[in-house]
Amino acid sequence: MPADELIREVAQHEIQERIQWFQLDRRDFLRLCGGGLLVLLDGRSAVAQEAGRGSRGHELPKEVSAWVHIGADDKITVFTGKVEIGQNIRTSLAQLVAEELRVPVASITMVMGDTDLTPWDMGTFGSRSTPTMGPQLRTMALTARQMLIEAAAQRWKVDPSVLAAADGRVSNLKNGQSLTYGEITRGEKLTQSVSGDPPLTPASAWKVAGAALPKAGGRDFVTGRHQYPSDITRPGMMFGKVLRPGGFNATLASLDTSAAEKLPATKIVHDGDFVGVVAEDASTAEQAVSQIKAKWNVPPAQISNRELFEYLRSHPEGEKGSSSTNASVMQALASAELKLEQHYTVQYIAHAPLEPRAAVAEWNGDRLTVWTGTQRPFGVRDELAEAFRIPATKVRVIMPDMGSGYGGKHTGECAIEAARLAKAVGKPVSVVWTREEEFTWAYFRPAGWIEIRSGARRDGTLVAWQHHNYNSGPSGIDTPYNVSSKDVQFHPTKSPLRQGSYRGLAATANHFARECHMDELACSVGMDPLEFRLKNLTDPRLHAVLETAAKQFGWGRTKSSSGHGFGIAGGVEKGGYVATCVEVEVNPAAKQVKIRRVVEAWESGAIVNPNGLRNQQMGAVVQAIGGALFEAVQFKDGRILNPHFAEYRVPRFSDMPEIEIVLIDRKDLPSAGAGETGIVGLAPAVSNAIFAATGTRLRDMPMVLA
Amino acid sequence: MNDFRLNINGTEFPIRAPGDETLLSVLRNRLHLTGTKYGCGEGQCGACTVLIDGTATRSCLTIAASVGGAKIITIEGLESHGSLSPVQQAFLDEESFQCGYCTSGMILSTTSLLREHSHPTDQQIIEAMDGNICRCGTYPRIVAAIKRAAQLQEKGGANHAS
Repeated sequence: MPADELIREVAQHEIQERIQWFQLDRRDFLRLCGGGLLVLLDGRSAVAQEAGRGSRGHELPKEVSAWVHIGADDKITVFTGKVEIGQNIRTSLAQLVAEELRVPVASITMVMGDTDLTPWDMGTFGSRSTPTMGPQLRTMALTARQMLIEAAAQRWKVDPSVLAAADGRVSNLKNGQSLTYGEITRGEKLTQSVSGDPPLTPASAWKVAGAALPKAGGRDFVTGRHQYPSDITRPGMMFGKVLRPGGFNATLASLDTSAAEKLPATKIVHDGDFVGVVAEDASTAEQAVSQIKAKWNVPPAQISNRELFEYLRSHPEGEKGSSSTNASVMQALASAELKLEQHYTVQYIAHAPLEPRAAVAEWNGDRLTVWTGTQRPFGVRDELAEAFRIPATKVRVIMPDMGSGYGGKHTGECAIEAARLAKAVGKPVSVVWTREEEFTWAYFRPAGWIEIRSGARRDGTLVAWQHHNYNSGPSGIDTPYNVSSKDVQFHPTKSPLRQGSYRGLAATANHFARECHMDELACSVGMDPLEFRLKNLTDPRLHAVLETAAKQFGWGRTKSSSGHGFGIAGGVEKGGYVATCVEVEVNPAAKQVKIRRVVEAWESGAIVNPNGLRNQQMGAVVQAIGGALFEAVQFKDGRILNPHFAEYRVPRFSDMPEIEIVLIDRKDLPSAGAGETGIVGLAPAVSNAIFAATGTRLRDMPMVLA
Repeated sequence: MNDFRLNINGTEFPIRAPGDETLLSVLRNRLHLTGTKYGCGEGQCGACTVLIDGTATRSCLTIAASVGGAKIITIEGLESHGSLSPVQQAFLDEESFQCGYCTSGMILSTTSLLREHSHPTDQQIIEAMDGNICRCGTYPRIVAAIKRAAQLQEKGGANHAS
């Protein structure tokens, strides 16, 4: 994704980032690390600012984005502000470093998402870790390898060209003499900052990167040893709960805490509309908050699902919200041989990460440390600094690898609550949101209304395309199909519910609308849906995934029949190419849709870890089933009506189709991020398959048979 | 506050907790056995699953004081002399997790299932496991792990957790 698009995507939601630079002095850093070799990446200057030996006491370059340290004990430590949330980046980034450094992957420790130890990072979202952090780490690792060879050459007084690095050692190819990396760095303080584009090892020559290695620390997940944010305990830690308002936009009218105050060792914290409790054990805290009697003034007649789409269309946000007309597209639409006009909708959906928001906050004087699950540790650090009016340098946020996020944990509400309560009692406090809190007080994937008008020739050539999206977002909005006249617009609107990022963001909604519409056009020109797409497409990578998925699926081998349908959809976003074929069984009498089989073809450049990638793509398909068939946040008058897993249905074992993931490894292309786009193909393919089975078009997600 | 004892992973623990406190809360917040997870508190997600006398049970809906006479096994109690149980080994071999937060509950539900059906059919797997949510969508790999675990148990190569 281009930088401007990333900023647009970020700016659309709640995320406002101020850039803060890391202040640690390089000498301090080497002291912390106990000497050795340190390579920093300077993303700004075109040439290395400083080369060779010795710490010269300069401050770190101001755009340092990551660093790699090699200790005398041969231990390699990589520091990055990215975080591990189940997407397996801890493993795949280590593979990339191991590849360029020529070391076993097991010798690498990744320090991630700790605002005191790692460089500033905007956050882990937008499928950016692999395409941006990956090359940065590779560059540093390569530089480290070159420095080690240079240092060994000086020590042995030989020409570096006779030396080679492999398996954590530099060896003299002529006499067999060798030293481990740690031995070379012993007693040294080697530092270098690098930039530019050194010659990285091409993917075609990768040995460690590109391999299907298991997830780092896998044993800790099957033994329960891994410590998630909600598992953190601190000496003397107490448990906090927050009293939630009776609805959105509510104000506190009256409060009676007398019953709660009588509970043992319980403190009530009341500050404006914020009411919280702290107790020595979690169940007393729960009891205390349930015994508080509060009256809330909830504004009546707030928007519900019923008025949602009318509201979105009639409440533009700012100037960009209003629609502009494009005369040439209107003309092309008017003169087209075949015309089609439809609208599509998506509901608000919840991320529902299995680990809800959780934080432990601890004050030491005016310094605050918070362990919390977030995709933006530095963003949460700044939120905390602002909330408590202290400098960001006084706040440390530590992000233990968490129980997933899917774009849902960008913000720091829970961290602020824990810190507020910890400040009140002078002890560390843990706050873990309940499932109902998570379903109500987190934010949602935006709902959206999408209008598409199109024109085609009778021979199946697309000639006009108009795609207007209200509220859900601009991701994946541009059509990859060839069309001479097009008008694609995103209209920000006011949102009745708090909304934010989500896996793939609006790419799901925009692909749903576009790929359903393409199917409808194919139908009206009497062409096979795959043939129609390929006819209007020149992008060879999208061609390849569509043809691969179709071949593996056996597209066209069996015709759809009543109650049994096949559908296809494809797309590209954030550098990932996806095509999805599905087979559905529909029982109109029972209003039941059962997805029987899914084949997804995926291509995102050179594959860093096919094992992790396959797992992730499988997960994207499974998660997509929820949004396609049953997930929707039900709301009315400022309240969420389905804030539990019993009412908000997510995909389960019984919903599983047979799923086949076909990975296309393009070693000649840079690796793109793969966490998100795999989710976009399923819903339109299901809609198209339902049409093939029933003759009914379902244009609203989730798709429910009438 | 009530005083009672719980037999967890073969060890007797004296517990002092309110009479209505859940087993999940006792495990996590009093004994720091944090491998058992909170996912919903309503018996809808399976993240808190433990074995009570061998049967998969939602610890979030179980009053701790009510299981004083039972044998409770949590994820921390499945290993034997440092080696993984067949189910744990199968989950690791198949890498049946992404974020891993559901994994403890999945492993204990599987352990209970295999006690009842040593070679479960697909339908038996769905029936036994449908109450466990994996939000990362790793279900197909979990099914593969369940089948692998059944084979490992048959071979008896790894230890058997009760």
